[in-house]
Amino acid sequence: MYNGGKIILGIVIFLALAAYPFFGDIGKANVTPEPNLDTPEIRKLEEKKCVEPEEFMKAEHMSLLNKWRDLAVRDETTVYVASDGDRYKISLQNTCMRCHSNKKEFCDKCHEYTGVKPYCWDCHLAPKEGK
Amino acid sequence: MGIDRRDFLKMAGASAILAIGGLTIVEDITKDIAQASEFTPESGAITAGKWAMVIDVAKFKTEDDYKRVINACNSIHNIPVIDDPKSEVKWIWTDSFEHTFPEQQEEVHMKESLKEMPFLLLCNHCEHPPCVRVCPTKATFKRSDGIVMQDMHRCIGCRFCMAGCPYGSRSFNWTDPRPHIKEENPDYPTRMKGVVEKCTFCTERLAEGLEPACVEASNGAMVFGDITDANSEIRKVLNEAYTIRRKPELGTGPKVYYVMGGADNA
Ligand code: HEC
Ligand code: HEC
Ligand code: HEC
Repeated sequence: MYNGGKIILGIVIFLALAAYPFFGDIGKANVTPEPNLDTPEIRKLEEKKCVEPEEFMKAEHMSLLNKWRDLAVRDETTVYVASDGDRYKISLQNTCMRCHSNKKEFCDKCHEYTGVKPYCWDCHLAPKEGK
Repeated sequence: MGIDRRDFLKMAGASAILAIGGLTIVEDITKDIAQASEFTPESGAITAGKWAMVIDVAKFKTEDDYKRVINACNSIHNIPVIDDPKSEVKWIWTDSFEHTFPEQQEEVHMKESLKEMPFLLLCNHCEHPPCVRVCPTKATFKRSDGIVMQDMHRCIGCRFCMAGCPYGSRSFNWTDPRPHIKEENPDYPTRMKGVVEKCTFCTERLAEGLEPACVEASNGAMVFGDITDANSEIRKVLNEAYTIRRKPELGTGPKVYYVMGGADNA
């Protein structure tokens, strides 16, 4: 009448399916990405630094880029003065990507890991890389 | 077991205090960056009260004269070459006298032979741009120096601006432009399917102290300058030569002037 066995089997199957995404990922994709900083431009730098401090760049580069594009396109401002006083031309292709010319080994490494797909590259030309 | 109302309120209060504390720390960090950094226009930039352009029609003599100017723009701005006129993309192009000055056929006094020539057309960077009025996202707007700019990041491809523009200066990307770009300029972006684009008077070059690419390639047949500066070259040209603008009767205030070479004839 109550089919206890079947219900329990059903529950077990349901739990297995529901938990699959967790178990299935064990051992996979858990390696934190290590963006590669070895590019010709960066090798040339005396002091290996980005536009802003590393921690800020890690957390806020997307907001910085957003600010940059409004400044350059809408506010007629094309030079960025960083917090340490250094000046940079505001440009995704001609500034960020000139240093980080290894987009696949750098930007893409993190973005694939976190599942972000910036649509910038529909228009902005990515640096030419081998492979 | 379980928590009573008082415990719950205490916990809520404590976590609120923690949250506010945490927030101010984050704010302090971002404020530091924002305060320390500032933005300045490029020091080597050329600026103007209002940019304008003069095209000396008689100085375009051969097919090559047009091609050189148009190709300078196309190659710098990654403009696709699409043969189908329905989906072509153009920033600067040519058309016949009739199409360029439809309402001014009678009033224009110039050599008949010049009327047979193609005329160079581009965005007029109007003083009262209808495209700006109709754009629902402010993707197109007028800068302080009069340039009508197109912010590709805000364009939703509604094409109201194309309907608003009486000069046909805007093109829609019906297809992915990249396969149609002969040689990509790695320093400038392309566009993508679904956005509208047009001439920007080379804002990216002005920021570096350079004249627009077409003007540079024109060997003096085009003059670019500040129309609010009485001593500028463009004002001298405008004072001396007979010039007309496209469709002035519409009141858009175009800032591209055509020297019609009437003087030789008169
Ligand atoms: C002058 C060369 C240079 C430029 C220009 C530059 N970067 Fe960097 N970037 C670096 C270097 C070097 C590091 C490593 C910094 C460190 O280790 O302190 C770095 C680090 C970063 C990081 C952190 C990576 C990590 O996990 O360690 C991000 C994100 C980043 N850059 C993004 C950008 C963006 C976005 C731009 C443009 C707004 C930009 N960079 C412009 C050289 C540059
Ligand atoms: C340290 C890892 C890391 C590196 C290196 C990195 N990014 Fe990111 N990026 C992220 C993360 C994480 C996000 C998503 C943040 C979010 O969604 O809040 C992101 C988001 C973005 C976004 C916003 C995307 C969107 O759709 O909202 C842009 C644009 C961007 N990154 C550009 C770049 C560029 C350009 C580079 C290379 C110069 C780069 N990033 C390098 C981690 C990184
Ligand atoms: C629809 C095409 C398109 C897309 C998508 C796009 N851009 Fe742009 N971007 C342009 C064009 C074209 C310019 C040149 C100025 C203009 O006409 O708006 C530009 C200019 C910029 C500039 C200032 C000038 C320069 O040389 O870099 C920045 C910064 C920028 N874009 C960042 C971004 C970022 C970050 C993204 C992704 C989140 C993005 N753009 C996505 C087309 C695009």
